[in-house]
Amino acid sequence: MPQRKTTAETLPPATPQPALPSPPPPRPRGSVISVLDLSVPEVASILALATLLEHEAPLVRMHRLLKRRVALLFYESSTRTRTSFELAAKSLGADTALISSQSSSIEKGESLKDTGITLKALGAECIILRHPSPGAPYPLEQATGLPILNGGDGTHEHPSQALLDLRTMLAHLGSGQTEVSETTLQGVTIAIVGDILHSRVARSNALLLPRLGAQVIFCGPPALLPDVAAQIGPGISIERDFERALAASQVVMMLRIQVERLAGMHIDLEDYKGRYQANAERMNKYAAQALLLHPGPIIRGLELTSEVADGPQSLIAEQVRHGVAIRMALVARALDQSTGSAVETRAGKSARKTARKTRPA
Amino acid sequence: MNPPVPSILIRGGRLIDPASGIDAERDVLLRDGRVAAVEAPGKLKAAAKQDGAEIIEAGGLVVAPGLVDIHVHLREPGQGYKETIATGTAAAAAGGFTSLCAMPNTVPVNDSPETTRWMQSPERGAVIRVFPIASATRGSMGEKLTEYGSLKAAGAVAVTDDGKPILGDAIMHEALIAAARAGLPVIQHAEDTRITGGCSMNAGAKALRMGLRGMSVEAESGLVERDLRLLANVNGVRAHLHVAHLSTKAALEAVRKARRNGLHVTCEVAPHHFLLTEEAVGDYNTNAKMNPPLRAQSDRDAMLQGILDGVVDCIATDHAPHAAHEKEQEFERAPNGITGLETALGLSLSLFHKAHRLPIVRVINLLSTQPANVLGLKGRGTLAVGSFADVVIFDPNKEWIFRASGSKSKSKNTPFDGWTMLGEVRCTISEGRVAYRS
Repeated sequence: MPQRKTTAETLPPATPQPALPSPPPPRPRGSVISVLDLSVPEVASILALATLLEHEAPLVRMHRLLKRRVALLFYESSTRTRTSFELAAKSLGADTALISSQSSSIEKGESLKDTGITLKALGAECIILRHPSPGAPYPLEQATGLPILNGGDGTHEHPSQALLDLRTMLAHLGSGQTEVSETTLQGVTIAIVGDILHSRVARSNALLLPRLGAQVIFCGPPALLPDVAAQIGPGISIERDFERALAASQVVMMLRIQVERLAGMHIDLEDYKGRYQANAERMNKYAAQALLLHPGPIIRGLELTSEVADGPQSLIAEQVRHGVAIRMALVARALDQSTGSAVETRAGKSARKTARKTRPA
Repeated sequence: MNPPVPSILIRGGRLIDPASGIDAERDVLLRDGRVAAVEAPGKLKAAAKQDGAEIIEAGGLVVAPGLVDIHVHLREPGQGYKETIATGTAAAAAGGFTSLCAMPNTVPVNDSPETTRWMQSPERGAVIRVFPIASATRGSMGEKLTEYGSLKAAGAVAVTDDGKPILGDAIMHEALIAAARAGLPVIQHAEDTRITGGCSMNAGAKALRMGLRGMSVEAESGLVERDLRLLANVNGVRAHLHVAHLSTKAALEAVRKARRNGLHVTCEVAPHHFLLTEEAVGDYNTNAKMNPPLRAQSDRDAMLQGILDGVVDCIATDHAPHAAHEKEQEFERAPNGITGLETALGLSLSLFHKAHRLPIVRVINLLSTQPANVLGLKGRGTLAVGSFADVVIFDPNKEWIFRASGSKSKSKNTPFDGWTMLGEVRCTISEGRVAYRS
């Protein structure tokens, strides 16, 4: 072996990276892949637009996107997201086409990129994507240049769900929906309970709600909630004890254990239920006034009992209703912007630019 | 036989030869594919004239032994759409390399003397020297050893199952002994694949945030520690373990400790692991997806420190070309790996020489002399008289911008597109023949 000289050199702080200051590639406007794509003023304008569209007469509303084309590209099963996006687009007058992986050329091996190019060639102006692989919307957006609405990408994000959850909360917490700002949820604590590891809903909510002033508590067993989860964004803490989490929260969001994503992980379900099931006794004792949310699908008797699911605190069905309004706003925004007319305010645009620059990596 | 090689006189350059400790103005005469003479400026004029040597003016340039990359995926046989031996060696020559060691994860796996010879055949069109590394087990299945003696005779310089690490204790122990008897190192890609299934980046908050399964530090360090235990239990022969592309502080410390204890263990680090962290994955950039993955800042800093303090033997690129359509996929589906042959020198000089004030001789040592020593490539990595006429001539002060679109590799999968490089290669000479000239 050649001789090694050990130098006593100490490491200078943060070596300058030899990278050029290259601007991030331009993204199609109106895309929502992550909740971090939206500034707080943009969230406010989406909520305002949702309310506007919801109250608009159906026959007026349907002229907004009359005969415009929206593709729903679904690589994973879905009831709520698919139906509500479809109803949302149709109630604005758009034509929708549903492509699912089981009955399309995806089965023959067509890539996501080529599927996207094909949909664009067929006139799609916006693609709503659900996909099992985290981050899948990004290459689709790059390949098509179309605005992509992320309808859930694996265990990454589900931004429209976080927005509809927000709208549901706001309807019950007493603040006006259009006045959303960095302090709207100040003093509000939201417990997100269960299979955080596999939940895109948990991620989108935890990255959105603290930006409006809320505190988020993740609650669950270590196997489904690693300690590092608290580091994914500001305003997030971990509480392993469900009852303590309940006592601290005004909003409780229960999650399903995602059996399809466990990949061999063993969960003792009886033990889980004992520790983390939302049942009437627990709710009454520790969180009698709290709002109960669940993104669905719910598994009665596992993460929550029927009594709680159907009880007075449950907003599960109402969440679904808010979903249509939010998705109308997202589709309208995506299509309006791709043709250049402005739904978004000037303030919103510049705020978004700032948000992009400063958003956490 | 090859046609005779014309002589070349490299005149007026700054010769940097780590092996002989020279860093001074010297003229170098290359004859018959070997270094014929190294003398003070002007002294070789007559000899060069007698040879009718081509004169290469190297005033203001560094003249160094050609770079040696001991971890390259050339993709032939079997995956010529990603890279061929011809395109891979052309890219390497443009990056200043004169020797490449080619990994055996080809199609079929290079587990035979026939494939080993095939890769070295002149028909492959290599412009620099290719040294095959054969698989350690048949088909890299981790079950039955290949024929180390025959593979060595056919030109193999090491054995490894690279991307399919040898997990079984008994077979790894057997491989270390058999390789030692054959005079070959065993290279291990240290990853306990039993605990990395479905993982596509480093474990931690970033992976959790992105919804991706993460590879733990322990998946690397655990296997390194296991290998070192086995190495310590080899009796009767002195086995040599080489740890490929180290990426974690824990594994590096294990290597450091084992070396202190007298074990014959060497290691390499790839430029992306001493330059980038997991943050480079950004919004699912598949050109930042490789295995081992980009790690946390503390691991990246440890790789840098390991190179500065000398525990890391050499820099190796893990050049892993993939076609555009393979990388333009969902992150989890995209294959691991990035190209690296044309950026290794420029990045190393930028970081170690410019930013950390390491003398150029030490950077060349890491990229040429030491890697040649690690795999026992005799007459490479040095410009001592009699050694192979493998030379790189570069302008050490020239900064330039690397563009993937201009790469000579068949594939363009690199996270360093648009980065500023220090040190521009002007000429690469392989065994006395000009393999690249800018």
